[in-house]
Amino acid sequence: MLLHVIRRFAVSVLVVLGVVTITFFLLRLISPSPALVVLGAKASPAAVEAFNAQYGYDRSLFIQYVSYLGGLFTGDLGYSHKLAQSVTDLVGQYLGKSVYLSSAALAIAVSAAIPLGIFQAVHRKKPIDYAVTTLNFVLYSMPSFFLGIILLQVFAITLNWLPAEASQEHSTVAVVLDWKHMLLPVFTLAAVQLAGFSRYMRSSALDNLGQDYIRLARAKGLSERQLRYRHLLRNSSLPMITLVGLSLPALVAGSVVTESLFNYPGLGLLFFHSLQNQDYPVLLALTLLGSVLVVLGNFLADVASAAADPRIRR
Amino acid sequence: MTTTHSESSWRLSVRDFASHRMGLVGVAILVIFILFCFVGPLIYRTEQVFADPLQSSQPPSAEHWLGTDTAGFDVLGRLMEGGQSALLIGFLAAFIATVIGTVFGAVAGLVGGFVDGFMMRAVDILLAIPFLFVVLILATKYQGTVVSLSFVIGLFAWLVPARLVRGEVLSIRERDYVLAAQVMGSGKARIVRRHLIPNALSVVIVNVTFQLADGVLVVAYLGFLGFGLAYPEVSWGDMLAGAQDQLANGNWWLVYPVGGCLVLVVLAANFVGDALRDTFDVRLRRR
Repeated sequence: MLLHVIRRFAVSVLVVLGVVTITFFLLRLISPSPALVVLGAKASPAAVEAFNAQYGYDRSLFIQYVSYLGGLFTGDLGYSHKLAQSVTDLVGQYLGKSVYLSSAALAIAVSAAIPLGIFQAVHRKKPIDYAVTTLNFVLYSMPSFFLGIILLQVFAITLNWLPAEASQEHSTVAVVLDWKHMLLPVFTLAAVQLAGFSRYMRSSALDNLGQDYIRLARAKGLSERQLRYRHLLRNSSLPMITLVGLSLPALVAGSVVTESLFNYPGLGLLFFHSLQNQDYPVLLALTLLGSVLVVLGNFLADVASAAADPRIRR
Repeated sequence: MTTTHSESSWRLSVRDFASHRMGLVGVAILVIFILFCFVGPLIYRTEQVFADPLQSSQPPSAEHWLGTDTAGFDVLGRLMEGGQSALLIGFLAAFIATVIGTVFGAVAGLVGGFVDGFMMRAVDILLAIPFLFVVLILATKYQGTVVSLSFVIGLFAWLVPARLVRGEVLSIRERDYVLAAQVMGSGKARIVRRHLIPNALSVVIVNVTFQLADGVLVVAYLGFLGFGLAYPEVSWGDMLAGAQDQLANGNWWLVYPVGGCLVLVVLAANFVGDALRDTFDVRLRRR
């Protein structure tokens, strides 16, 4: 087990290193220096040169890469000339809110998908199963912003029950307490995840229902209820661990759209504003952060499923 | 002998697919949309290049069946226009991604060893980078046209088909019928042509439909966030940018028809993909 974890960890570190390299060179290719963005398109060549010399953009690309890498090790994610702030500070400012939004959405999606999938598998091929499957398909095919727009129309405009904007509170704790402002964003982000999860959960539960151990449990006289909660739930939830790990990219991307739609000041909105400002140092750092999250998610999912299922370790 | 066999196996697949109701519905929806977007403008003629501010934000009427948008463009005509770019980008990006992915995956799977390991680690690394982020960042720099967006999406979407094709090649390579063909003296080229390509093709075809769905969605996201096609081209996502404000003003016709089209097309592509996967799965089980 320990060997498995160490090996997976080493691979993850290598992948992150590869990601850093690729994203760094890709962004330098797009924007070799932020000088024109900061000084304006009409800046004189002398001013651009002075800017580049001051911030080290005149060095060779490889030297810049090495110094960027060195900065990363000391927790320096770069500098946003546009916002006159270090990217590390910016991330610190917005991270908590994004973590709250994403984890609340993920928690709701998982805890709704597991019972829903089992329910569908148990009632397979009945009208209710078809209805839920169809709804799932529609949700799954819907861009999250459109779902958000529909929810806005119904709950914020027509019924006027909920505010149309996410919480603008300063601290994350205050945001959590301000639940009324967070219901729509959280549910928008959760619904799209939910569709994918419950579809998977249904087929996993169906697979398990056909297994011998279920037949044995039935034969030894377990009630359907015990069967469902004691055997089916645990065994068919196992693939969910991997699925949650793999769903992180969608969650990261979904938060950009959801946070922009509801004007929620998290990392997604920071990314959106940085796109508009062509603030490439921030974009580089956030892309990197998103990738690290994806790799970390895969790593944790792998370790968790190895811990839960000895067959995976080998 | 062998030719008739492979033909009939494909015909069987078609019959299996035809028995899949959702798949047929999906195909029907896609065909209707292709007609709507490409033939529709020939019948329902509208001005989509020069804005007419005097006609802005009109509700649906006999003259403008789905009303007009804030710039005065006819919404129904714009839906057709936007659908053209959505479908074109979706298909073109899927094609690019599939070609690159298939070649990459097949080479990795066939060559194997160190080369395979290296190629697949590269895929792992690229897959870790959030796709939408890269596409958005590239979109800030390059003029959004149907061709440029297709390439941006296609050049980052080939990773999944590459993995699928490699996996398929690895597994087919070890199957008994391939080993048998080898024993009977088939050359490498013949095995690739007669066994690997036809069998890996099913995985590729299924993936194309999902790529199409993803491509249409990505274009919509780009447009919604304001990094879509440049004037005068338009996509469905562009039409939905600022939709919250339109709803607050009560201009529902600027939001729901576009959103509905988007969901229907993606849904149809997903239906077709699912039906195809079931079809090929059944064929595999029967084999």
